Amino acid sequence: MKKLGLLILLPVICFIQCGSKSTPVENGIKKGILHYGNQTEPQDLDPHIVTGVPEFHIIQSLLEGLVIPDPVNLQPLPGAASSWEASEDNLNWTFHLQSNGRWSNGDPVKASDFLFSFKRILSPALAAEYAYMLYCIENAEDYHKAKIDDFSKVGVKAPDDSTLIIKLGKPTPYFLSLIMHHSWFPVHPPTILKHGNIDTRGTKWTRAENFVGNGQFTLATWQINRIITVRKNEQYWDAANVSLKEINFYPIDNNLTEERAFRTGQLHITSGLPSQKIDWYKTNKPDELRIDPYLGTYYYLINVTRKPLDNKKLRKALSLAINRDELTEHVTKGGQIPAGCFTPYNTAGYSFDTVLRFDPAEAKRLLAEAGFNDKNPVPTFSLLYNTLESHHTIAQAIQQMWKEHLGIEVTLINQEWKVYLASTNSKDYDIARMGWISDYNDPNSFLDLWVTGSGNNRTGWSNLTYDSLIDAASRASDQSIRYGHFKEAESVLMDELPIIPIYFYTNVYLLHPSVKGWHPNILNIHNYKFISLE
Amino acid sequence: MIRFIARRIFLETIPALLVIATITFFLIRLAPGGPFSTEKSISVEVLNQLNSHYGLDKPLLTQYFLYLSKMLTIDFGPSFKYPGRTVTELIAESFPVSLELGLYALIIALVLGILSGMIAASKPSSIRDYLTMSVSMTGICIPSFVLGPLLVLIFSLKLGLFNVSGWNTASDRILPALSLGMVYVAYISRLTRGSLLETMVQDYIRTARAKGLSEKIIIFRHALRGAILPVLSFLGPAAAGLITGSFVIETIFSIPGLGRFFVTAAFNRDYTMIMGTVVFYALIMIFFNTIVDILIAFLNPRLRSTLK
Repeated sequence: MKKLGLLILLPVICFIQCGSKSTPVENGIKKGILHYGNQTEPQDLDPHIVTGVPEFHIIQSLLEGLVIPDPVNLQPLPGAASSWEASEDNLNWTFHLQSNGRWSNGDPVKASDFLFSFKRILSPALAAEYAYMLYCIENAEDYHKAKIDDFSKVGVKAPDDSTLIIKLGKPTPYFLSLIMHHSWFPVHPPTILKHGNIDTRGTKWTRAENFVGNGQFTLATWQINRIITVRKNEQYWDAANVSLKEINFYPIDNNLTEERAFRTGQLHITSGLPSQKIDWYKTNKPDELRIDPYLGTYYYLINVTRKPLDNKKLRKALSLAINRDELTEHVTKGGQIPAGCFTPYNTAGYSFDTVLRFDPAEAKRLLAEAGFNDKNPVPTFSLLYNTLESHHTIAQAIQQMWKEHLGIEVTLINQEWKVYLASTNSKDYDIARMGWISDYNDPNSFLDLWVTGSGNNRTGWSNLTYDSLIDAASRASDQSIRYGHFKEAESVLMDELPIIPIYFYTNVYLLHPSVKGWHPNILNIHNYKFISLE
Repeated sequence: MIRFIARRIFLETIPALLVIATITFFLIRLAPGGPFSTEKSISVEVLNQLNSHYGLDKPLLTQYFLYLSKMLTIDFGPSFKYPGRTVTELIAESFPVSLELGLYALIIALVLGILSGMIAASKPSSIRDYLTMSVSMTGICIPSFVLGPLLVLIFSLKLGLFNVSGWNTASDRILPALSLGMVYVAYISRLTRGSLLETMVQDYIRTARAKGLSEKIIIFRHALRGAILPVLSFLGPAAAGLITGSFVIETIFSIPGLGRFFVTAAFNRDYTMIMGTVVFYALIMIFFNTIVDILIAFLNPRLRSTLK
């Protein structure tokens, strides 16, 4: 009996011990350790291979590009480059590297390292999905598509160790925003070559014991599905201004688990928040809840090659019958902005008019004009989405709106992610939900999607006027002329409606009040150099 | 004994693995969508390079035979989802975690299950029996994805005694092991009770009673030995399932085990990872069934000849 008592007591003692200790968040504030909920296990930490946001969160601590974004307004600040200038036609860019820029092993950061890195990501054999981000460089696309094999013809030069010259093939007004992307980050050439060739995919150079970076932190540990720890890099050129000593990234892919970890003091930041918890935080802990605008659009894709959705008036009627205000207020609840057009408002200073309204009477009129009435009802069509509760509830709400305002019956179909991708890629759908998150701050990222032949244009819609306007915008160097072309193009898009924009994304997450220097921004980029714990 | 094991390996294990690997290899290729399909489109050039890098541009039969030849050297190839890691490496890193968690859960399941089964069987149709069996029935009905968050709610959020997730401290093992083991407690308890009740009316138990032995000695020394056989048969596949990890428990508690790879690999169409996890699971399953067969034969003299 005594032994049984001991057995029961032991866990109790352990409980009390566990209960009395301070939390990781409290300890982190004292020691400068940030505990970061990072959603999922990173694919890799190679900036030229990875494509996801969680990977970027880690990589931006380990590597630094030529410029870094200002935490408030995303304007370029000196990164690996201390200064830069552009030629009058904005085609030739000269970057001067930091004189004290060093890799974490003490090697100086040289302009030739950037050349090596650009060559690497553009090497066809590496099969880098983001290689196209460098296509603005003269001849870069040809090199990547193996049309030329001489890298010296690509528009990048390093006249000396601290000067890098990039020659663009066409004006790219968003160039400085583009190069903040991780596909432009440098890698340490000797480390890459130690573990393989320049274009070998998936080598061991990103392991904690091998990683050499030029960022604010170095990779200390990487335990799969458990934790990634980065520690302050004393070799970093601006180490004096880095306040954090360590960041722990936790791959917690269940957002309910992540929220519980935050609530019990295990995390300073979460990657998201379950929608059912938003109201509770709004009421009880508003200082911990963050709802930031995010550069992305949630929309419905329409297969215009199928009847009856090939009818423009029917597509317009469907859009007019969606009450976006009600949807964002009562269904999504995460502060999403009802989409009045496709490109999110104020994307690098570009805003299109709010042309998408809720007008059931006009919707009915258009439906009648399209030739649909009681005797000739709209044939039933399907609405496809990938299996996820949030997509399901939105689809249900819109299904109800179409039935109520237009009397149209819609069948909801959900498919597992890869099956859904296969269906949309092969245009085996009527209407499908889709989302687009931009990689850089420019309307081109949104409007370029709908040109004829774009891999992302899975609607079957093709419009020569639209194509020529986007082409004209890509060749214009004057920003106002360029935005003028974009506005004309977007008005064509909103008139034709091969897509129905629903809302602009927000980023909903939890942030501990001790985290300072964390500013909301539409790209959700938070450079750790500006963050401290108090 | 050696002949029994050799027979198991050469006549049963290898052919079974071959059939499992073959069926899995061709079934996963039938699933719509490929490992590299994403929401943002990939250029044809990049897609071709990726297919060529991973050998997916070769004829399917060539891929199959290449895969089998590599499998013989325990090389499952690189993971498509995690390009810097091999499947063998991912399994080697995550399996020990699942094994540890599974062993704790197994101990909980066995100790509590057999004990409660014995308590119930010691006085059938009594309040003690009804109470134990009601509790175990409730255990079967509460799935781990309900029990896990419930335990977290009580012990972590309300009482603040444990971390809600993670696999860092010794106390991080308690709630996941309980959540995983409790369902098996219920099964084992009911199996033990049923089997014990059947055994208790056997002639050799009556003989033991006639000899004047105490009820405790009858149950522990005579009845339990026979009654444990169905539990052991159940334990073979159950133990294999427990130690190879549970997707639900690992997700709820954010545990870096193997269980989540079984599900995410399929969702990601990570062909090599799917093959690796399936073949590995099959191996563990066969291994445990073999162990159980040997144990049963040792415990049951009538079956001992099968070991020869």
